[in-house]
Amino acid sequence: MNERNYSTVYPKWDKSMKSTHKILVPDMLPWHFEIIEQVLKLEGYDVEVLKNNTRTVIDEGLKHVHNDTCYPCLCVVGQYIDALKSGKYDLEHTALMITQTGGGCRASNYMPLIRKAINAEFPQVPVVSVNFSGLEKESSFEIGVKLFLKFAYAIIYGDSIMWCYNQTKPYEKTDGQADAAREAAVNFVVEKFKNGGYNKYKKINREIIKIFSNVERDKLEKTKVGIVGEIYVKYSALGNNELEKFLLSENCEPVVPALLDFVLYCIVNVINDYRLYGHNKFTAFIYGLVYKIVHGMQKNIIKQFEKDGNFAPVHDFEHLRKCADKVINQGVKMGEGWLIPAEMAALAETGVPNIVCAQPFGCLPNHIAGKGTIRTLKTLYKNENIVAVDYDPSATRVNQENRIKLMLATARENK
Amino acid sequence: MKLLGIDVGSTTVKAAVIDENGNLNYSSYVRHFANVKQTVLAELNTIKQKFGGEYCVSITGSAGLGLAQRSDINFVQEVQAAFIAIRKLHSDTDVAIELGGEDAKIIFVTGGTEQRMNGSCAGGTGAFIDQMATLLNVSVEEMDELSLKAEKTYPIASRCGVFAKSDIQPLLNQGAKKSDIAASIFQAVVDQTVSGLAQGRKICGKVLFLGGPLHFLKGLRQAFVKTLKLDDAHAVFPDNAPCFMAIGAALHSVGESGSKIEDIIEKITNSASGNEIVTGRRLFENTRQYAEFVKRHRATDLQFCDIANYDGDCFLGIDSGSTTTKLMLITPDCKILWSHYQSNNGQPLDIVVEKLKELYALTDNKLKIRASAVTGYGEDLIKSAIKADFGIVETVAHFKAALHFNPKVDFIIDIGGQDIKCFKIKNGAIDSIMLNEACSSGCGSFIQTFARAMGLEIDKFSEKGLYAANPVELGSRCTVFMNSAVKQAQKDGATVEDISAGLSSSIVKNAIYKVIRATSVDELGENIVVQGGTFLNDAVLRSFELETGKNVIRPGIAGLMGAFGAALYAKENICGESTTATRDELESFTYKSRSTNCRGCMSNCNVNIISFGDGRKYISGNKCEKGAGLKPVSDDYDIYRYKQTRLLQCVEGIITGKKRGKVGLCMQLGMYEQLPIWAGFFETLGFEVVLSDSSSRELYFKGQHTVASDTACYPAKLIHGHVESLLDRGVDFIFMPCESYNLDEHCSTNHYNCPVVAYYPELLKANNERLNNSNFIMPYLDLNMLDKTVKTLKSALSAYKLKSGEIKRALKVGFARLDGYHGDVKSKADEILWKSETEGKQVIVLAGRPYHLDSEINHGINKLLTSLNLSVLSEDSIFEKGDNVKVNVLNQWTYHARLYRAADFVSKRKNVNLVQLVSFGCGLDAITTDEVRSILEKNGKLYTQIKIDEINNLGVVKIRLRSMLAAIDEAAKK
Repeated sequence: MNERNYSTVYPKWDKSMKSTHKILVPDMLPWHFEIIEQVLKLEGYDVEVLKNNTRTVIDEGLKHVHNDTCYPCLCVVGQYIDALKSGKYDLEHTALMITQTGGGCRASNYMPLIRKAINAEFPQVPVVSVNFSGLEKESSFEIGVKLFLKFAYAIIYGDSIMWCYNQTKPYEKTDGQADAAREAAVNFVVEKFKNGGYNKYKKINREIIKIFSNVERDKLEKTKVGIVGEIYVKYSALGNNELEKFLLSENCEPVVPALLDFVLYCIVNVINDYRLYGHNKFTAFIYGLVYKIVHGMQKNIIKQFEKDGNFAPVHDFEHLRKCADKVINQGVKMGEGWLIPAEMAALAETGVPNIVCAQPFGCLPNHIAGKGTIRTLKTLYKNENIVAVDYDPSATRVNQENRIKLMLATARENK
Repeated sequence: MKLLGIDVGSTTVKAAVIDENGNLNYSSYVRHFANVKQTVLAELNTIKQKFGGEYCVSITGSAGLGLAQRSDINFVQEVQAAFIAIRKLHSDTDVAIELGGEDAKIIFVTGGTEQRMNGSCAGGTGAFIDQMATLLNVSVEEMDELSLKAEKTYPIASRCGVFAKSDIQPLLNQGAKKSDIAASIFQAVVDQTVSGLAQGRKICGKVLFLGGPLHFLKGLRQAFVKTLKLDDAHAVFPDNAPCFMAIGAALHSVGESGSKIEDIIEKITNSASGNEIVTGRRLFENTRQYAEFVKRHRATDLQFCDIANYDGDCFLGIDSGSTTTKLMLITPDCKILWSHYQSNNGQPLDIVVEKLKELYALTDNKLKIRASAVTGYGEDLIKSAIKADFGIVETVAHFKAALHFNPKVDFIIDIGGQDIKCFKIKNGAIDSIMLNEACSSGCGSFIQTFARAMGLEIDKFSEKGLYAANPVELGSRCTVFMNSAVKQAQKDGATVEDISAGLSSSIVKNAIYKVIRATSVDELGENIVVQGGTFLNDAVLRSFELETGKNVIRPGIAGLMGAFGAALYAKENICGESTTATRDELESFTYKSRSTNCRGCMSNCNVNIISFGDGRKYISGNKCEKGAGLKPVSDDYDIYRYKQTRLLQCVEGIITGKKRGKVGLCMQLGMYEQLPIWAGFFETLGFEVVLSDSSSRELYFKGQHTVASDTACYPAKLIHGHVESLLDRGVDFIFMPCESYNLDEHCSTNHYNCPVVAYYPELLKANNERLNNSNFIMPYLDLNMLDKTVKTLKSALSAYKLKSGEIKRALKVGFARLDGYHGDVKSKADEILWKSETEGKQVIVLAGRPYHLDSEINHGINKLLTSLNLSVLSEDSIFEKGDNVKVNVLNQWTYHARLYRAADFVSKRKNVNLVQLVSFGCGLDAITTDEVRSILEKNGKLYTQIKIDEINNLGVVKIRLRSMLAAIDEAAKK
């Protein structure tokens, strides 16, 4: 069979660029990228997590990606183009980094879309893929086992810091204490990456908990509000119009489930592909081993939280899976799939029935796993109080906040 | 202490005062025309004068938040305010429905408190009604009056104003009665609220109706009561409905510390205006700059010739547009003898006839019309009525006109009342056409609606924008979004001037970045001609020049270019005597219009028949030739019709051996591909296969109450109705597998289904209370993995105790049927290709997804194509003739891979072109469309895309297709 090539030639990333290029990273996961940025720097990469968040970012995104493409892609492209245009970077020596999951939703296509978007104005800038599915072999980021493990640890520490911070910030006696604790915790973690000992996760986690429990907190009762949804708008303040900040200002405690759950979700999906469809048994076996190890670590961390007693512990992923089974089949694996209803159920079971389900406008998997499961969840959990919020370049903050306030009004009614 | 509640909505301010004894002393409801602060202050001053004293005060409402925050006054969310008022005033309420300016809400009070609010893309609100009234050219009150006289209702999409317009415009143009349309609009609002908002939860018990529209509009109230089947005791329309939230807010402030009314007024007076507005560039720095600008554009005005003293030949062009009618008469040397521009008020034919009569009178019968041409929406109707010589597609007319002003023109953009048209010109022919999609439509009538909402005429309104100091940045998207952007700007204190300028610039941005989808303005070419009525607005023109950084040509007759182009066409193509109606013919011209349902086929199209005085008839609204009383084009050239029949034949209806039961299959999404497999499978196993009813709007409505996400694609939303129909038929179970993976056709990196096709059964089951584990079976299957599939099916169908061997055999039969079906479709395609080639017919590959075969989804576009004398193929019938392709994006969905290969095939054939069907809301097609376009354009082929949704208006589609054909012809001539 002939193959006709319609693809454009793009600059590729190669290892030698490590010493010559600066790598820009979009601000997708602020809590975790803060640490990963440092990890990569220690590895000798010149990386920078972009922090530009003005309206121009969105406008550039609008100009450069298709109208119907989802909002996260628009934000990422917008951030990149805005940065490249800023004049701050040597365009001959700059590369862009993006993750790919290889799943059946559009997210795996962000990379080609970014390439297309920058091709006209910045044809010399390579885009480098970070993925574990063998995609983009010619231009992907070399991740050895060691670096992979470092990422995993960084995610775990990022989760703990986020988790503790969210339970500290709303109650801090003195303004700024929680943020100071956050900085101290990040510094502590980075120091471990620098001078060894980063893999002593129990020790590090204990220290993170300690740093935050030292912050003096008021004994107030605040409405806890869970944030679930599409991964970008769930975590990124640029994507969700500073949702966490807004909830804090509304006298709420934001409860943002851990990123590690998403990682475990991706791992479990490979195992499920074997279970449901009989796909590659060997791969499933290996993933099963990895799952056991990582989940074991998660359980240890939960024990630490429980022992310390200052903060509610992170969710146990096995519990999340059981929650999922009550609502939807674990075969729904595109996008954030079954993880969304699982988190909504788990939140309800852990005393957080009030939830913002954040999704990009028109997000396909979310039709089913987000909005589609709300009815089931409401029959399962009487108090479940969910508001689905769409994020979009033109959806205004007023509209979004108004909906969230409506949910909060019900939350107060239900008390 | 007295209580004071202020409700600041998107369009109105409501105030309520309650005295110490709980009596409502005062209430009011006024439009604020964007002057929120002033309006609130005026209300407060009235209260001050009437009562004075101290108050506990709360503000509520969607636009009240900012005001409350900045003036440090207590705020209460509007639904909460409603709750408080319901509990106090109507405690026996079960459900409350509130329609506001831009919100629609349902509050379920009893049986599990719950609130629903319209999504950001949902119409069905007060603003929607206002917009529709503007379209009908009546006031909202008049529309209400009209609706009470209605005899019938038409289906109108209410999801969003833009869609509804597309439904209403053709009705108007076809001469449907305004009263019927008015009632249809209200019915659409009701449908949207009842099914769209309630989403499965029944509205019953005592229903309280709140908000301005439901208070003032009798027709709307009637429609609600009728649809919900409520009696007087259960439909409550409180007298204080418009200010209900204000009362709630007042009640909410009980126990707050009070303050003097003077202090409240002072707080609000001193509140800062918001500072979150993003501002854009000023349009003009000073009057001198504006004067220069005006002078430059004057240069391209056409010359006039006095018609009274003229007795030479002349040529008539008529542009019967969607909202306006344009006529122009020119001399052979292209001077304007006479022209006319008028809103057609839904009666384009009357206007044309009347104006022509005037024209004849004006020239005292000396008028020699040598030839005439008609273009625009009303082309067919006007052409047959006045017997014009030519009918041409509007894109061609516009191109002709633009050529006159700049022979080197390489880019034309036309922004009219309803649509945006852009075409690139290459080698003297239209190279590509871009029309606004149903969603990004922010055109002329849009500014008009806003102008009216602010109580200004359009000219005044746009004039105000010329010197605005800080034009508001409003983004570039559909009107609904724009509304809330304006709302936000108002909240933040933007002036009318700033908003006017902002709207002009957003229209331009919408056109450049969303319709044309230019990645940089340089793509637009060097010689740009702008036209269309909207460009007569200097603010819009200036915004365009600023945004593109280029000086463009805007002819003085920008609003008449279609008519001018038609006149030019008539002049150039003159052949023999003109048939144009003479004065005498016009004097005796009469017509009658009546609407009926065509009985030609199952579609039952709503057709409109216009009978002319001389016995001729004109039929519109029909989707195929049958409706027009013509002989249908043979199905032999239409693979869609072939597939429709052939696919259903895969259910053979023969069951040998023991009958095991009845299985229901939903004819939608994946089943359009896999029916042969499952029909073969189940029939072999002894099940009777029952298919769901064929798709229709009625079927959609039947299931609409279980739709969980109103922005999913239409095919998905339709399945809900299919499920209902199967349940009504009494099948033992419905079978609908979940498939992450599609069949691997070995031409892509992966072979996924889209998330909606893959998992929609989950959503169906979760949202339809009639479905349960035993009557809805949805196993997770990967049909590429036979052994596992057998196992999974065995356990999914365990109730029937099937043996693995049986299942395996049955699957084999199923796959054989699929192969047979594919084989037949492909050989039929070969036949059509061969016949078309020998007969010199053009072939269109109507490429989409397998489920676009459904005629409710494709709206009969295949028939439209055959009626234009084209052959029609589908992507799945020919993709294997295309090479495997390497594209720029991740090629990982089976159906998409077919599209790319189909495009590759098309680019190799001379007489074959491609039209891509895209479902509105299909996120994945945001990726495929650009790739398919790039494959075609790399090979010098035209790319045409048609977005389809529940709207049923082929008018726009026809223009697009005819323009494409004109371009193909033009290219062939070269």
